[in-house]
Amino acid sequence: MDILDINTILYSAAFGLMLIGIGGIVISNHLMRIIFGIVLLEAGANLLLLLSTYHEGASAPIIVDGNVPAMMADPVPQALVLTAIVIGVGILALALSLAIRVQRAYGTLDMREVRLKLEQEISAAAGIDMPSSSEKPADIGEVPVNSVVQQESGS
Amino acid sequence: MRRFTAALFLLGLGVMIAAIYQHIDFGNTSVNAGQAINAVAAQETGAANFVTSVVLAYRGIDTLLELTILFTAAMIGGMVLGRRRADAPRDPDAGFILRTGADLLFPLLLVVGLYIILHGHLTPGGGFQGGVILASAFFLPLLARPGITLIDQRIVSLVEGLAGATFILIGLLAMFDGKEFLTPLLDKGELGALISAGSLPILYLAVGIKVGSELAGLLAHLAEAEALD
Amino acid sequence: MEVVVLVVVIVMLLSAVAVLLFKDFLAALAAMSVVSLGLSFLFVVARAPDVAMTEAAIGAGLSSLLFALALRRLGLWRSQ
Repeated sequence: MDILDINTILYSAAFGLMLIGIGGIVISNHLMRIIFGIVLLEAGANLLLLLSTYHEGASAPIIVDGNVPAMMADPVPQALVLTAIVIGVGILALALSLAIRVQRAYGTLDMREVRLKLEQEISAAAGIDMPSSSEKPADIGEVPVNSVVQQESGS
Repeated sequence: MRRFTAALFLLGLGVMIAAIYQHIDFGNTSVNAGQAINAVAAQETGAANFVTSVVLAYRGIDTLLELTILFTAAMIGGMVLGRRRADAPRDPDAGFILRTGADLLFPLLLVVGLYIILHGHLTPGGGFQGGVILASAFFLPLLARPGITLIDQRIVSLVEGLAGATFILIGLLAMFDGKEFLTPLLDKGELGALISAGSLPILYLAVGIKVGSELAGLLAHLAEAEALD
Repeated sequence: MEVVVLVVVIVMLLSAVAVLLFKDFLAALAAMSVVSLGLSFLFVVARAPDVAMTEAAIGAGLSSLLFALALRRLGLWRSQ
């Protein structure tokens, strides 16, 4: 495997982008970073799909001035990726509007805090005690405890 | 702890991908549809750009569904963001440079966008790329002067609906002729001429206008949403 | 040719990592644009000019615009 082989370079770009994107989704806690990770993953997947029929020496699938090239790139994955990119921007817009909505509803974009507030909301609505988590909530400050709920469940 | 498991997961994923990577047969796929299309597309559709003939002729229904997805995303985005309150503070006006630049660029962007759409069957480009440029052309004045109503949302919806209806109507016309849905119609013309490839340029124009109006409406919605800070 | 592609890929992957590491969201957004631009160059190398154009117009242009607007609405629009 030669490092200066064009196939190796292009494929490692696609796989690298996908790995970095998945890493961002898995490791980050901030909702914006997760959206960034999704966009990176999508970019890598698009490149990989396009490369699936890449052949060195082929020319672009366009006839210019009636000259038909001897070998043309496969137009089908190109059309698929074209579609995927446009759908990707629709998904991105949807994700961003949902993020704005989360910010308005919970006042934060940190997924740990959002999850905590969601759990509190659910347990308050159901009238049960907060389920205790094995993981201690680290450095997110004072958590307002719903005292009414605790009294009810304690009695 | 969570970070450690995540890193371990990524490491495993990387090893797995590297293992797959060793066995990929570069460039020699068993899919032959592309070569078959390359061989006959010029005669069958009359478009010099084969990607255009795949997008609009061979996979036309896919494009229609894609437009539906984009429409749904734009619509839900508008629904989720909601209306702004009347007393919400507006962004400050942009400076002199951006305002003048927006005025100068607006006609240029319109021309470039339409050029890219109308030459979609000859050169790289087409409805999606040109539609995005059209959307940014209509969004630029909104960025320079926040608060003006350059584009009425109702007119945007009307244009978008008409463009979508045109796309479906052309597809149905082929069915009246006894062919399959979205079969290219009209005279093929000379390969490489601006007026050629039958109904494909009209379809791409409809796609471009639909994508442009959808994205312009979405951008206007996002710009209208109230700022938090 | 290979060397140019290799340099572009390295810059692209480094800025992809930078997207996730930058504390400042505006800087992360700029790095995201660099990734899209590099990707569009790679599409040209892979003989897909249509896709390259779409990526340049949508990935580097419109997506950044969407992100910038959303950051403004979310109150994350401050550079250090």
